[in-house]
Amino acid sequence: MADPVVTSHHGLASRVAPDAAPVTITIDGVPVEAAAGEFLIAAAERAGTFIPRFCYHPRMKPVGMCRMCLVEVSTPRGATLQPACYMAVAEGMEVVTTSEKVRKAQDGVLELLLVNHPLDCPVCDKGGECPLQDQVLAYGPGESRFLEEKRHWAKPIPISELVLLDRERCIQCGRCVRFAAEIAGEAQIDFLGRGDQTEVNIFEGASFSSVFSGNTVQICPVGALTATPYRFSARPWDLDQVESTCTTCALGCRVAVQSSANRATRMLGVDSDPVNQSWLCDKGRFGYESLNSGDRLVAPLRRRTPGGELEPVSWSEALSAVADRLGAIRGASGGSALAVLGGARLSNEDAYAWARLAKAVLGTDSVDAQLGDGLPAEVVLGLPRATVDEACAAPVVLLLSGDLREELPVLFLRLRGALEEGGTRLVELSSRATSLTPLAAASLAYRPGEAAATVAALAAGKGGPEGIDPAAWTAALSALEGAGPDGAGMVVVLGRPSLSEDGALVAEAAAAMASAWPGARFLPALRRGNVMGALDMGLAPGILPGRVSLAEGRAWFEEAWGPLPADRGRDCAGILRGAVEGSVEAIVLLGADPLGDFPDRALADEALEKVGFVVAVDAFLSPSAARADVVLPAAVHHERAGTTTNIEGRISRTAQKLVGPGQAWPDWMIASELAARLGTELPAGSVAELWDEIERLAPSHAGITRAALEAPGARDGIVAPLPASPVSLSRRGGPARIDPVATPGIESVERQGAPPRAGLAERSGVADDPAATTAGSVGRPRPLGWPQSVDPPHVGPLDNYSLRLVSGRHLYDEGVLLEVCPSLGALADRATARANPYDLDRLGLTTGGHVKVRSARGSLVLETVADAGVPRGVVTIGFNLGVAGEAGGTGGAAALIGAGEAVVDVRLESLSGRTTVPRTPAPKPTPTPAEEEGA
Amino acid sequence: MSHLSAETLGRARDLVALYPHRRSALIPLCHLAQEQDGWLRPEAMEEIAGLVGVTPAEVLGTASFYDMLHTEPVGTYVVAVCTNIACMLRGAYELLEHAEDHLGVRAGQTTADGVFTLEDAECLADCGRAPCLQVNHRFFGDVTPEGFETLVADLRRGALDGEVPHHGTLLRVRRTGGLQVEPSRVEAERAASAGAAAGRANQGGKG
Ligand code: SF4
Ligand code: SF4
Ligand code: FES
Ligand code: FES
Repeated sequence: MADPVVTSHHGLASRVAPDAAPVTITIDGVPVEAAAGEFLIAAAERAGTFIPRFCYHPRMKPVGMCRMCLVEVSTPRGATLQPACYMAVAEGMEVVTTSEKVRKAQDGVLELLLVNHPLDCPVCDKGGECPLQDQVLAYGPGESRFLEEKRHWAKPIPISELVLLDRERCIQCGRCVRFAAEIAGEAQIDFLGRGDQTEVNIFEGASFSSVFSGNTVQICPVGALTATPYRFSARPWDLDQVESTCTTCALGCRVAVQSSANRATRMLGVDSDPVNQSWLCDKGRFGYESLNSGDRLVAPLRRRTPGGELEPVSWSEALSAVADRLGAIRGASGGSALAVLGGARLSNEDAYAWARLAKAVLGTDSVDAQLGDGLPAEVVLGLPRATVDEACAAPVVLLLSGDLREELPVLFLRLRGALEEGGTRLVELSSRATSLTPLAAASLAYRPGEAAATVAALAAGKGGPEGIDPAAWTAALSALEGAGPDGAGMVVVLGRPSLSEDGALVAEAAAAMASAWPGARFLPALRRGNVMGALDMGLAPGILPGRVSLAEGRAWFEEAWGPLPADRGRDCAGILRGAVEGSVEAIVLLGADPLGDFPDRALADEALEKVGFVVAVDAFLSPSAARADVVLPAAVHHERAGTTTNIEGRISRTAQKLVGPGQAWPDWMIASELAARLGTELPAGSVAELWDEIERLAPSHAGITRAALEAPGARDGIVAPLPASPVSLSRRGGPARIDPVATPGIESVERQGAPPRAGLAERSGVADDPAATTAGSVGRPRPLGWPQSVDPPHVGPLDNYSLRLVSGRHLYDEGVLLEVCPSLGALADRATARANPYDLDRLGLTTGGHVKVRSARGSLVLETVADAGVPRGVVTIGFNLGVAGEAGGTGGAAALIGAGEAVVDVRLESLSGRTTVPRTPAPKPTPTPAEEEGA
Repeated sequence: MSHLSAETLGRARDLVALYPHRRSALIPLCHLAQEQDGWLRPEAMEEIAGLVGVTPAEVLGTASFYDMLHTEPVGTYVVAVCTNIACMLRGAYELLEHAEDHLGVRAGQTTADGVFTLEDAECLADCGRAPCLQVNHRFFGDVTPEGFETLVADLRRGALDGEVPHHGTLLRVRRTGGLQVEPSRVEAERAASAGAAAGRANQGGKG
């Protein structure tokens, strides 16, 4: 186990020692208690003494580079000036922060920092929220003795699509450089040169392509790094902000949403200790551009004649058209002919209203928030859950998911941090190298379809299956010993490793893990927005709100909701198949775009073609929505209040900052209006009432009242279900959420932002209704648990001529979000066919050449790339990506995947059309060392 | 597709193997690439990054810090004239000015024919023979303006070929193979130093 005091590479304690006795120091004559190992700057701040600083950032190791934080510290040789950010407290330490000596040091540091600073504040984005401006004003000399010419650089220079660099303004604090190397693990930006010619820059011809690049803009204490999307758009006093939650992926980073005149202008990371610790990914950070997009749907659309154009209509016409048609189908064919797809875009309250509408009013259980790209809901909801903090503190993390940096970027950052600190060891089950592979104790390259067998062999501690590197296997077995015999020291990160590997196979592997290590807990790595909230609220077949099964919860919910469908409904694949066969007659798309997201594009296409009636409730006219008969414009996050739930089950509030465009409505209101037109009023008439109903009815959410959610201690959200014995919500630890130098963009807007000040300040709590939790005559149902039986599909053997397809998600894909964000659009990745050089050679294919990739379902022309990170016998093709080069096209691997196939085997054909004949008989499993080094 | 020649690459791998941490070989590899090309080409820096497990930006960051590593093309002979105090007192400024006139370039520039790059340098640690200069890191002391002209002429006609190697070459005697000591001895020394470090840590010292 790691020593509790984690030391930085400078040998300094960078974390407090939780068990050590506190020490007492004196700051400006006042005794202050501090944790042993704590840095002076942090101890002083807690005691209310702010020490100026530039390079220090509470989430990074200190470097003592800028000398702004010099204070006088008593030593046996008398008081000396010491950097407070780099000096750990010690018993009896006497510190003076305001002496003449300190003042002179601050004067000197600032005068020198300004020697080469251009002072072009009027044209600098940082003006008004600049720690350099503020600290020069507060602590600076007032005038400079420097008369010479300042140094000059070309400015600004773009170092990526998103970030501009002005080297003249840089004060060389190293925050950006340290973030890139220490936090993101990609040192794409570094100090170049020496002395007065030192500059921050990227490698010539390269790009600062990290998906975390925006964080450097947020933490740069001057205007040296600015973000293209925000550039010249506002000053802090023009802005107003609320604290909310990012719903771009399911991690749910806390953000400050800033706007001016009902336009979203900027998104900054709030320091939420258990979740994002102030960082954001660039998709989450810059995705706000979609809110301002001119492509937003602003009015209901309807095809008045079959096959006609979508034309704007009134809400009442649109709603009546939908209600009439759905009601007619319900009457004629029963509720089971209706289906609802999607829901991850919704808030919890929206999802609950839609679940109630679907299951109790429309009478269908064919509801699925996942589009065939997730995991069975029972498995996700039933497995014992872990939090991100628990995963980062676990001795062993077992990972079976897609590449986390592409799917849940800030979760990748958190896990990366834990692995770097060394207390956690990672065993990765992955059919291809991922961004965590370099940090893994062992990376086991299983072939799709063989995950459960691999887990069983691991648990048995036997020799590894054929095809897995024996050295990695041994390393995995030894790492797993750290989890203890029953796996109590293990957290499994469970997602969907590949869209061409059936989710049931992953469920099978998860079941094998849960039975081999009954003490293990699971962190679901589902990626889409509020998918966890949607599942919790019952937007899945066979599930009712509060993580209960249809059977278990029937009596309880029928008492509150009225009759429920008799049978379990279909999942997304079943719904689409039903639409093709004719048993599903209408589909409601709740922000769902099956044409882009369902793994089998041909099936989605055929289903939308054949089904009689499609309703799309969406913010954009996605390819699927464009095929609908009626389109209803929806308001999205930050345009309506509500709550969202992340992968941990953490429920946090998303605040309203903007008014939705045109006539966009919150989804719950649409559900409510439809229900009324279908003859059943939903009782809840507001988001607050919806939450009260959820808290009362959903067993996993019992006790999480509105008052609890709005309490100041719950700003990081509340993890459902509440533990059996009450815990205090306020946590010690974690830096301040608002810090004038760590997150100047948030602090400045809070201090000087334009009224009305919704602000980060807490709104007054809503009184809890003590009667709200009383139940009716039926007992509260029990949430899903474990074990459950899983029924995995059959996986056939891989033939000699084929490669098994692995298709993962990319952060920058062809999804609607990227399309409607001008700054992100250009970043979309392109699809290629990546295979091991051995296989390419064996099949007589050349790197960079084009091949036809053919599966039982379809074919695709792609460029080949040799990649030693891909195991032999496997080819990886990204999902929902445009196709590179002359071949063109969209969708990536979606053309190759057949819904219902356990795995997808493909052949690579040279473009002449013949199947290439392998030169050697069988794919040999173990890679040679040379391969590992190459590419 | 390697930019480094097979021979350079072989020597690079030997060097990487010498260190407990791959990245320790960064500067030696920069010298090696410079020996091959005369300066550090971007392609070479990218390849070095891969060999020692850092990013190209980190290689550039390191290389651009050190005067002996050139991230831009230089001439066949890099002439570094010391202008620090001892040399300055003995006429270094005049020498540099003369060198600039004679070569027709300013300090920091390369002659049009690509033969000479002129640089001014801080103390070269040969103060006893001030004013002094280096040509491709080989010392020349007590240099007078006339002596400088002779030196340039000698270099041009190849009279000093045995003494001054082409730019980038640091070693007079090249190591012939990889590790020259018994691997077991290296293991033992590493274990001993790890033990000592652990001992220090146990004493509760905070570095
Ligand atoms: S660019 Fe900004 S963050 Fe980076 S070193 Fe310069 S001042 Fe610091
Ligand atoms: S990691 Fe996910 S929640 Fe966090 S900023 Fe990125 S998209 Fe948003
Ligand atoms: S040296 Fe302490 S903040 Fe920079
Ligand atoms: S001052 Fe010139 S060598 Fe020392």
